[in-house]
Amino acid sequence: MSDPNSEDAAAARARRGRNLLLAAALVAFVILIFVVTIVKISHNVAHAG
Amino acid sequence: MTHPPDAVLPSASGAGAQAARWSDYLALLKPRVMSLVIFTALTGLLCARTPMDPSLAVVAILCIAVGAGGSGALNMAFDADIDGVMRRTRRRPIPAGRVQASDARGLGVTLSLFSVGMMGLAVNWLAAGLLAFTIAFYVLVYTLWLKRRTPQNIVIGGLAGALPPLVGWAAASGTMPLNAWLLVAIIFVWTPPHFWALALYTTGDYAKAGVPMMPVVRGVASTKRQILAYCLLLAPLGAAPAFTGLGGRLYLGVAVGGGLGLIALAARLATIRPAEGPLREGHKETLYEVRPEARPARDVFAFSIVYLFALFAALLLERLTGAPPLFARP
Repeated sequence: MSDPNSEDAAAARARRGRNLLLAAALVAFVILIFVVTIVKISHNVAHAG
Repeated sequence: MTHPPDAVLPSASGAGAQAARWSDYLALLKPRVMSLVIFTALTGLLCARTPMDPSLAVVAILCIAVGAGGSGALNMAFDADIDGVMRRTRRRPIPAGRVQASDARGLGVTLSLFSVGMMGLAVNWLAAGLLAFTIAFYVLVYTLWLKRRTPQNIVIGGLAGALPPLVGWAAASGTMPLNAWLLVAIIFVWTPPHFWALALYTTGDYAKAGVPMMPVVRGVASTKRQILAYCLLLAPLGAAPAFTGLGGRLYLGVAVGGGLGLIALAARLATIRPAEGPLREGHKETLYEVRPEARPARDVFAFSIVYLFALFAALLLERLTGAPPLFARP
């Protein structure tokens, strides 16, 4: 019979891994939006000038 | 056709369920398919020969990759019942009970919407529209409609896998010229012999799952003839970009050599006597019990991957090294 405590620990580790991945994805999304915004603004400024 | 509710699959939250790791969610995105999509889309993007901001090019490829991942997750969510039956796919996260189908659907829809929206806002709406069409075609037309209904499932459904170079080209240039469609046509014609060769030696699994793949429905002999016919069409089509201002000498050499190799392997598969194959004794070739012929079919399957990779790698290499095309573009 498996130990419920070790199962809980494994589930907690898996949850922590998923949360870290989600956090990394959100940070990457923010950086992506920032970079695209800067590139688009630079492009528009260059065309306006 | 009805898709079973989550209740008939192993529940990811039920007793004895394993906790989903981040790698399970990554597996839902079909990373190997995604890498091929990235490769062909990048080739299309660079072959457009249109100056593009490098960071926007990265964003475009990222959107195509994420869109492919989203459609992969949706495919796994809707096909979990089939995947659970087949040896090749039964360890996937949903049939293994580590991720719920509803979670995979949520992930797939989110990633699909994100990829299309981001492509439209950051790159252009033609590429975004093509990406949306590709995802919708793969999920709605192939997965939900054709896959369980007709042996032509991967012939028609193959369009979804063929479109990434066009999306890449449209992302760079905002146009869809004939040369971009030629790349689509090559992958489109490549798809049936590639998957039918695979189906020839995994046909028992497809039969068990009730998926009407060509060898299951029409039999081995008919499938082998059709594989040869498609390869005879694919070889000249694969060489065509060398004459339309897209490929150079390297490309022509790869296309001719690879095309001849593929035809030779397909001809060997089509002409091999049944007794020469590793056949199981006592099985008649019937609708859902056809005999696997492992090695020649596996050779066609493996070589077809090398062939397609080599074609696109040659185009990419010529573009990156500045090698001129054999003929000027019309």
